[in-house]
Amino acid sequence: MRDVAIVGAGMIPFGRREEDGLMDLLASASLNALDDAGLGDKTVDAVYVANMGGGILQHQTAVASALVDRLSLLPAAAETIENGPASGASAIKNGLLAVASGYYDTVLVVGGEKMRDVTGWRATDFVATLTHPLAEYIYGVTLPGMAGMFTRLYMEKCGVTREQLAQVAIKNQKMGALNPYAHVEMVITREGILDSPHAVVNNPPVAEPLHLYDACPVSDGAAAVVLRPLEMVKNGRKPAVVIAGFGQATDTHTLQEREDPTDLKAVTLATQQAYERAKVKPGDIDVAELHDAFTILEIAESEHAGFFKKGEGGKAVAAGKTQLGGQIPINVSGGLKARGHPVGATGVAQVVEIVWQLQQKVGQARQVKDAKTGLTVNFGGFGNNVLAFVLRRVDQ
Amino acid sequence: MTVDMELETVLRAPEVYQAPYPPKVITLANGKKLVVREAAREDVPVLLEAIRPTLKIERDYYDIVGVRLYAELLGWYRYRVRNEYCLVGQIDGILVGIVNGRMMNSDVGISLHTLAIDRGLRVGAHLFAAKMEHHLEYLGQQEVWITAESPIGFRRWMIEYGLEKQTDVQHELGGATSYRLSRELYFESKPRLVVGDRPVPQDLLDVAMQEIIIADEETIVTKICGVKGR
Repeated sequence: MRDVAIVGAGMIPFGRREEDGLMDLLASASLNALDDAGLGDKTVDAVYVANMGGGILQHQTAVASALVDRLSLLPAAAETIENGPASGASAIKNGLLAVASGYYDTVLVVGGEKMRDVTGWRATDFVATLTHPLAEYIYGVTLPGMAGMFTRLYMEKCGVTREQLAQVAIKNQKMGALNPYAHVEMVITREGILDSPHAVVNNPPVAEPLHLYDACPVSDGAAAVVLRPLEMVKNGRKPAVVIAGFGQATDTHTLQEREDPTDLKAVTLATQQAYERAKVKPGDIDVAELHDAFTILEIAESEHAGFFKKGEGGKAVAAGKTQLGGQIPINVSGGLKARGHPVGATGVAQVVEIVWQLQQKVGQARQVKDAKTGLTVNFGGFGNNVLAFVLRRVDQ
Repeated sequence: MTVDMELETVLRAPEVYQAPYPPKVITLANGKKLVVREAAREDVPVLLEAIRPTLKIERDYYDIVGVRLYAELLGWYRYRVRNEYCLVGQIDGILVGIVNGRMMNSDVGISLHTLAIDRGLRVGAHLFAAKMEHHLEYLGQQEVWITAESPIGFRRWMIEYGLEKQTDVQHELGGATSYRLSRELYFESKPRLVVGDRPVPQDLLDVAMQEIIIADEETIVTKICGVKGR
């Protein structure tokens, strides 16, 4: 197997992009990544497109086939990858395996979603199609509802508090305000969302105990990377970043079938696999992008990824251990919470952020000092399909 | 403009006394202080200046809300709309939102429009709540008739307040579906939807009362449509 480098990374600002269609988002992010890669006359062998909702939200399927033509990359192989909110990381995994195996030398991976074409209600319903159709969906379960129940249980079993959840939101929105690609560029305060009696209106319950600022926004956006064998990347104009390890694991479709629903086994297994393949330990990770679709998930994933013992994640947030300059900076991009969560784009955007962190390209305000190794966790379903990547900077 | 006061006495509708709305202050999610207070008829020209940029913004139906609010406030200013009032929201003196309504009669209030300039902070929700508070607590009315011209309005008012649909009456705003907020429903919803502290600290109130500061047109459009159109 060949070592695989990320030679190009690109993204477009996430948000509500009324002026762009789904293909515009995908094409723009792709061109940014291809420009960054500086491929010259090298051809792209294959394109993997992560997209969860084109068929439902835009009534458009086979977006990869359309994208290669739009980008004039014919006759490159093209595939659309749909794996729920983990589609982005799944697409990168497919690209990684294709390059590592030697089948392809140059692969473009792009993830994108256009969710603001529809109302928030319809977007929530669309995401809920990942739940079990008979055991969950027909009873009206939504992802916020599921996260609310998960949070209640996590609070009871692990001692997480609303204050700690609010601190995740405050931290990530603070970082999002510094990220030009973030959907939400607004700093919030503890007084405004928690302590003041006026917070009852500012931060109303969405799915108790989760409130408005515990949830990510519904976003449009896209992100892309270009993969090549490390051996073909010589004397690059920027530090090379390799995918040092990846892991993927699944869990039961329904939450109710899990012996302990607070045990995110797929996160544990996927990150362990990624660490083993990269020959690192959690303590070697300098920066992490975790899938904080809800604030509770950042805390829970930080524990299951091995950064903290179970029950210690919330306290770590409160102690500032996960902020920029802390023990393990988490979601310095703003995370899904502030950058946004266009579902098909998220897994790719996480990787793009880590690449830029390792290449020292995010600007001083968000830069993790001397970051050499980073982790991403892309959380599909409600933890029933999770992918993790360890990325490493290789100084040539 | 020359005004023929003799003719005006014929054209101007008689108005009833309206109790004043006592100002209040609300801490927003970003920690900033929103002062909500009643605007005077003399403030209307400044308010129209702030509304003007919204007339061309299709996003979230700002155009229809803006154009109608403009007409309603102009009508109030020129004494062509009866028993109207206007509340404004200000942060550091800067106008961040406007709501208006009127008394149809002593018992029934008409909610007209809600326009938030600063978005993402629930300014619109706070101002709408203040409007309901004015009708039911200070004007002493029995109910308020409400309609929505945007999906956001529908979600905020009809869903969050659990308003009662009215099939037997027509709202003034063109006959769109009318909903009703009764005193009972208002006081039931009040703990979770209506907040604010009184009295407003004098320094905050002084800044708000001194001048309604209007951002320039580009800033207003950016605030409504988001940075980079997001």
